Amino acid sequence: MVHAQRAPLRTLSKRARTTITRIILTSLTLFVLGLFLIPMVYGITTAVKTDNQISETGAPWWPATKKTFEYEGKRYDVYLVPIDGEIRELALYRPGRQSSLFLDPENPEAGPIEWQGQWRQLERTWILDIQWNNFERAWNTVNFLNLLRNTITYAGITTFGAVLSAALVAYGFARFRIPGKQILFMIMLSTVILPGAVTLIPTYFVFLQIGWVGTWLPLIVPAFFSWGTNVFLLRQFFLSIPRDLEEAAMIDGASPLRIFSSIILPMSRPALTAVALFHFFWAWNDFFGPLIYLAGHPDKFPITVGLTAFNNLYSQSTNLIQAASLISAVIPIIVFFFAQRIFLEGVVISNLEK
Amino acid sequence: MAIIPDLSGALRSGINKTKRRKLSQLEKKEMRWGLMFISPWIIGFLAFYLLPMIASFGFSLYDFNPAVPDQARFIGFANWQRALFQDAEVWLSLRRTIHFAAISLPISFLFALFLAILLNSENVLGRSIYRTLFYMPTMIPLVATVLIWNGVLNEQTGWINVIIERLTGIRATGTQGLRWLADPNLVYYAYTMFGLWGVGNTMIIFLAGLQGIPKELYEAAEIDGANWLQRLIFITIPLLTPVIFYQLVLGVIGSLQYFLAPFVLNNGTGFPEGMTRFFMVYFYKQSFTFFSMGYGATLAWLMLIIAMIITIVLFGTARYWVFYTTEER
Repeated sequence: MVHAQRAPLRTLSKRARTTITRIILTSLTLFVLGLFLIPMVYGITTAVKTDNQISETGAPWWPATKKTFEYEGKRYDVYLVPIDGEIRELALYRPGRQSSLFLDPENPEAGPIEWQGQWRQLERTWILDIQWNNFERAWNTVNFLNLLRNTITYAGITTFGAVLSAALVAYGFARFRIPGKQILFMIMLSTVILPGAVTLIPTYFVFLQIGWVGTWLPLIVPAFFSWGTNVFLLRQFFLSIPRDLEEAAMIDGASPLRIFSSIILPMSRPALTAVALFHFFWAWNDFFGPLIYLAGHPDKFPITVGLTAFNNLYSQSTNLIQAASLISAVIPIIVFFFAQRIFLEGVVISNLEK
Repeated sequence: MAIIPDLSGALRSGINKTKRRKLSQLEKKEMRWGLMFISPWIIGFLAFYLLPMIASFGFSLYDFNPAVPDQARFIGFANWQRALFQDAEVWLSLRRTIHFAAISLPISFLFALFLAILLNSENVLGRSIYRTLFYMPTMIPLVATVLIWNGVLNEQTGWINVIIERLTGIRATGTQGLRWLADPNLVYYAYTMFGLWGVGNTMIIFLAGLQGIPKELYEAAEIDGANWLQRLIFITIPLLTPVIFYQLVLGVIGSLQYFLAPFVLNNGTGFPEGMTRFFMVYFYKQSFTFFSMGYGATLAWLMLIIAMIITIVLFGTARYWVFYTTEER
């Protein structure tokens, strides 16, 4: 069989084979992507469901509500009733033990229809019901505006500090002869993989002593002292800038600080933007630091910690939890779509000791 | 974007020694400016890394609660003795952490590699759109990711179980079904799935690695009659090993500090059956729930020692399996 199949494949033209490969690989990708994004579709669908649907067994997967029919000022539940070999949507008018009376919502004037059987065994009719206002409810219940303000403030300030300090340090490492520079640089790189826990307790204790626990300061201040990853990245970029301009400026008597601020920084805008974006979303995601330093101060929580607290309080309101989770993802995803080139470009940096 | 330092230099070369001699006036000036530029890092390193690290070791010798610092008591190596020989939970939580890493790291690596190879193929139409879409969930805050997956993996109403049931007819929902987050045998796989939504960065790093492989190698292999699988095993994988190595180091160190998902989902209770009380969760409990910070510092130092051992072992094995193309200098 295998040989029989292979032979014609080989005789196919190259173009035909490419087409077949394309169809197979593209559909494989689409299939995997479909699986990959199921939770997203689930989240969106669940977020707009009614509260009742969440607790109901036998509810459909899409956002829906049970259909009712209003007749002469009263509401009647609509069921799927098997009558005369077909299933009809009928409103339960007079429930009975052995038989019940139903109305046809299409034609109620025709009078009640009698149906033999137990109405409790019947299934309900569901109609589409999208509760967009769940997003508003979630927004208000978590006090999202406050969380958002906190997160943006925190992420904004630390990004500024992190980028500025990393640029300074990276320029120092890139351009100046400093004794022991390579050792210092290796130490800096090794701090990247240092488990944060090992410095946490004394740091926490000192911050507690000076009254900073319960404020944003323990989270913001360290960001102004540069982080290894950012420095590494910017240093690589600075090394790629030709020295000509700097040398010319130096001959004109410009100080290194002046050269840094009016030549290097403007020329490094792409690298600075990339580092800033990465740091911003790192801060947006930060959980452990705010959890420890802001414990007991819900008014200062960022989104991540606020969302966790919300999940603990409203664990039964699946729809609201999904809605709140999606709201928290909106800004990062929008920024991502606008700046995706920066995220999707692998910056390959080779050779540490350049 | 991703950073991929080529660690070959760090592995191979020692640090160039410069001969000591008198510095000229100009060199002194340059040095002063240089030190000024790197001073934020030097201060930060001393204040937020070196001194706290040393102090942390000091703390580990005390019985210490920050609420009552006056009652701190020097107890020598009693905390260390407790952590290493008496407290079974230390080793249990460490074992769980390793167990989880042994499941989640290979799965997420293979998935990232699979995606990278797929999306690097010219035969996938519209691959740049797929790159965007596969990366997108990486941008969702991890807490939200965990909560969304918590819903979709719900044993009753979660779509994963509903879909499995519809497609295969196996009864997946309900108490006898696949209880992803409540069954000790499944929970690590569930947590691994959360992680797959963060595949973006690893995927991009692998993609960049793939694009760095010279095309001639594949052409030559094709002329020699190598098929798709042979090219994968003998060209692609070996040339990706530097990138895999770098990701492995970060992945292992990251796993050691795995904390968020168990904390968000069950407040670090370890549900189910203590399976999710990982080392970092236990460290958090001791330090910030019971506030026994002397013992917490001991656990933190233990974590550092373990991380160092793992890193040294990984770097030691690197020369047997990590393949560097750059010439020896």
